[in-house]
Amino acid sequence: MRREIPLIITGIVGVGFVIQYFIPHAPFSYMSDWFSDWFSIVGACAIVLGALNLMKMSAQKVIRKKKDWGYALVIIASFLLIVIIGLSEGKDFRVPGTRFDWLYNYMYIPLSATMFAILAFFVASASYRAFRARNFEATLLLVAAFFVMLGRVPVGDVLSGFMPEGWRLSDLASWVMNYPQSAGQRAIMIGIGLGIVSTSLRVILGIERSHIGGGK
Amino acid sequence: MVVPARAVPEPADSLKADSVEIIIAPPTSPVVSDFKYDDGNSLILTWVPSIDDLPVGGKVLSYHIFRSDNGGEAKKIAELIPGANYYKDEDLYSDTNYAYHVVALSSNSRAASFQTASIRPQREWVNLNLKYLFFIALIIAASVIYFIETAKRGKKLFVRKIAGLEAVDEAIGRATEMGRTILFIPGIHDMDDVQTLAAITILGRVSRVVADYDTKIRMPVARSLVMTAARETIKASYMSAGRPDAYNDDMVNYVTDEQFGYVAAVDGIMVREKPATIFLLGAFFAESLILAETGNSVGAIQIAGTARPAQLPFFIAACDFTLIGEELFAASAYLSGEPKQLGSLKGQDVGKGIAMLAILLGVLLSTIAAVGDTETITDILNFITRVFTVTN
Repeated sequence: MRREIPLIITGIVGVGFVIQYFIPHAPFSYMSDWFSDWFSIVGACAIVLGALNLMKMSAQKVIRKKKDWGYALVIIASFLLIVIIGLSEGKDFRVPGTRFDWLYNYMYIPLSATMFAILAFFVASASYRAFRARNFEATLLLVAAFFVMLGRVPVGDVLSGFMPEGWRLSDLASWVMNYPQSAGQRAIMIGIGLGIVSTSLRVILGIERSHIGGGK
Repeated sequence: MVVPARAVPEPADSLKADSVEIIIAPPTSPVVSDFKYDDGNSLILTWVPSIDDLPVGGKVLSYHIFRSDNGGEAKKIAELIPGANYYKDEDLYSDTNYAYHVVALSSNSRAASFQTASIRPQREWVNLNLKYLFFIALIIAASVIYFIETAKRGKKLFVRKIAGLEAVDEAIGRATEMGRTILFIPGIHDMDDVQTLAAITILGRVSRVVADYDTKIRMPVARSLVMTAARETIKASYMSAGRPDAYNDDMVNYVTDEQFGYVAAVDGIMVREKPATIFLLGAFFAESLILAETGNSVGAIQIAGTARPAQLPFFIAACDFTLIGEELFAASAYLSGEPKQLGSLKGQDVGKGIAMLAILLGVLLSTIAAVGDTETITDILNFITRVFTVTN
């Protein structure tokens, strides 16, 4: 029964959700909101589990002096600092000028932006590998990327200014993005849509059981 | 139901002219009608804009929509820009009568339309706007079920080889031989995203092999619910492999909901622990390349997959194998090798067939309509467009 009950619940809820999409009348019209609310409530409760797990893992690392335990200590200190300051501010913790707001603006946002900024360097190294002309497809990618990148900046039109209107680099870049790129992307989207339908049916019908430990 | 306008009450309020009054003509022909196929909570108001509402040099500055509930006093419910001739009033009640009038405003005067008759929003049981979608979904669902049943009866079904999935066993074997960890990253979305669900189903297959090989698996997650679901999945896999003793809750740990905080933690794990194999399967955003490039730099074999087309190029550039879109959803069925699961993949092909046929027919008819411009062809083309356009 441990496996059957989740499968039955999944089946009933899945069929209910398919029906509610085609029936606008109550109670079906409320289903989406109900489940969304329930999901938020369950998610909000589960965050406690997540936070406790984070603290437990970090505390174990510090107590047992495992490798790199110093990082775990930083996690515990940061967690406690933000929780204590947030709670001490009361319900107005997000009001500009509070200590919590200061921590958010001058610690969290810069740290987050720093991680995001690393992306620029990774784009360069990944592009170098992707654009190496090792075979026909990679060469095609290299040529297309060269023209699209050049066509997206003003210098592209300066360089191709002698060409007639409609044949300049910006036009070529737009053509690549609007036709071959869009066509490829839409083909992927159609496949994704059908994949979602198929996966959902397998889960609703109880054929897909690997997430509850079934199957081979 | 369309209700014609009836003769008019005066506007509920008026403006005093503060200088030379700029006289404007009122909007005309206001018509209120039920918004079709909803739960009786919307009405549609249309009108003909004032003749002084011109794109250049027009005197109308805005339109105000007034509504009277059950014959009560009319109250302003919306302000619209010049040129507007349509308003959808939402969050209404199906047991209340509503009447509307529209007021055009210049800088110092106003002109009101007639008031519409009262109308109640109607509640409908079936959304007929979705009838074509319903039939297409029915055909695809029926073919999936048909192929599942066909496969159950023992018929061999051909499924093309997916390189990324063929490499799963090899990737786990590599980690086993090297005595290093397998890192499984399920994206940063919660369990309500079908990509995360697909990742968890693949985790079920992967963790079963991991349990058989007695390899280490580590799964840092960005959502608490994913942590709970993943623990249950891995635990069930270890139990079905007959090794419940080898399971440990710490295989899955929560890090943070914050996107770049999560990235920093996972990158740190990659650099410190140098996993032999990394799975990046699920919903990824700007972090996709940061994770994949870090994984690449530590020499891990990487199998990635997502249904977000914008992130696919990053994975293709930085990972050894990439599951493109539908392959992510096919992965669990493919790895299981069970005929009934593979049957569901064949059912998808019917959907692809419908899409291909519609695209070919659309291109052909558009070309003929552009050259010949025959009415019948245009009608057929419009019908096909209607069939494949979802209007809720």
